[in-house]
Amino acid sequence: MQMAALPLSEQMILTLAALILFTSFLLLAQTRIVTLIHTFAWQGALLFFATVLVAIVSGRHHLLISAGLTLALKVFFIPWQLRRLVVRLDIRRDVETVGSSSLIMIGAGALVLFSYYVALPIRELSMLSTRNTIAISLAVILIGMLMIITRRKAVAQVIGFMSMENGLMFAAVSATYGMPMVVELGVAFDVLVAAILFGVFFFQIRNGIGSLNVDHLNRLNEVD
Amino acid sequence: MNGWALAVIQAGLLAFGAPFLAGWVKWVKCKLQCRQGPSPWQPYRNLSKLFRKDIVISEQASPVFRMAPYLVFSVTALAGSVMPFVAIGLPTSAIADVIVLVGFFALARFFLALAGMDVGTAFGGMGSSREMTISSLAEPAILMAVFTLAMTVSSTNLASMISHLLVEPFQLYPSFIFAGMGLLLVTVAETGRIPVDNPATHLELTMIHEAMILEYSGRHLALMEWAAMLKLMIYGVLIANLFIPWGIALELTPLALAIGLVAITGKLAVLGVVLAVAETSLAKMRFFRVPQFLGLAFILCLLGMLSHVILEVR
Repeated sequence: MQMAALPLSEQMILTLAALILFTSFLLLAQTRIVTLIHTFAWQGALLFFATVLVAIVSGRHHLLISAGLTLALKVFFIPWQLRRLVVRLDIRRDVETVGSSSLIMIGAGALVLFSYYVALPIRELSMLSTRNTIAISLAVILIGMLMIITRRKAVAQVIGFMSMENGLMFAAVSATYGMPMVVELGVAFDVLVAAILFGVFFFQIRNGIGSLNVDHLNRLNEVD
Repeated sequence: MNGWALAVIQAGLLAFGAPFLAGWVKWVKCKLQCRQGPSPWQPYRNLSKLFRKDIVISEQASPVFRMAPYLVFSVTALAGSVMPFVAIGLPTSAIADVIVLVGFFALARFFLALAGMDVGTAFGGMGSSREMTISSLAEPAILMAVFTLAMTVSSTNLASMISHLLVEPFQLYPSFIFAGMGLLLVTVAETGRIPVDNPATHLELTMIHEAMILEYSGRHLALMEWAAMLKLMIYGVLIANLFIPWGIALELTPLALAIGLVAITGKLAVLGVVLAVAETSLAKMRFFRVPQFLGLAFILCLLGMLSHVILEVR
């Protein structure tokens, strides 16, 4: 067991990585919209703590800016915006039935194993002590994708998309100590604009098909 | 010789402390709900009253029905005797490892379910079938948690697991956090606490443990109830000593043993308060939601194992 060789702060980063993966599983299993948004905010908060820890441990202070962006956007602004939308669309009490949820969970477990095997050779290239988290962040991305596939409602799909972005951010932070500042700012504004656009989009979908269930889009006809 | 005497004393303490833990949880719960509540010693009075009472047995009861209380209690007590409670390094801890411990519980549950079905009342059969449903889902989760811990400390023997954790310098294992949470959920399901079963109810269609022992009376009922309390105690000690091992006596000196006793009492008292708070704030869930609950426990234990493989081994 070589884990003892790591300082406590890096063990903390590894623990936060595991917790981020756990919130991904929670997002996948959660059926209530408001709790889903809260879980997403928690994932952002964990990502914020991990980024701050990495920034302090590695001494790269530009990561603090990206941590601040994470805190402002993913913990406060986007969950607040989504919550407001949910209230305005009046779907606060909606419970989404996820078909065969245990099968999906087992699928997510298999995705984690898959990303572990995919990340094994990449792990050898990195010299950082947090390189083991590459597999975790890849798994978070894949689970976000699985969430987009399995969910019917547009709001849940948007949250899956955002959690994919969380996974990307975490991969960048833990594997290479962050992307260049320009890229990070770009991604942050991308997410911001996406969140606002999705809001407009929700209303358009609902006006168009009378529901947020995107399955109805499969059966669009010009005339009935 | 000294070790064996200590082991017997320790097993006795575990068995005779179990009703107090059950009473303590009930007392804290009553205080949280602004009720007077029976004193924590009430389970002792109940048990001694039941031991003094006569037994009434149905004419249709087979010998299994008479045998089951003694079997269930003695198997549970045997499981309790191998637990490192106050000290580790006692000779009894070599008898069985965690997997055998799970096996002991399975054996006790088998006879409990048989006894529930034996007399042929509707309640008994219903309780048995529910108990078996829950246990078939809880057992994989608990074994997964055990394997996660065993992979980290490379042993399945409880005493050597705990001493390994104490001797090594402190590390933050992500896998332990998940295995601990999973084990907590499994404990709630296995000991029949509130989101899964209601220990306070006595006549309700949804009861599980009470339904199986509904036909028992007198000393048989006392043994069955004592075994259930003992099971809660064993799970409590398992969680307290595996995940917060500090304080347990490593040597068999009087001072170390006294510290160990105080430490485990404190840990169990805190765990009891946590259980009482959880029971007060949660509502009992529908029986068909229990598989989801235990699925969460299994996923937690699986994540523990995955994070051990991915994050801790390099």
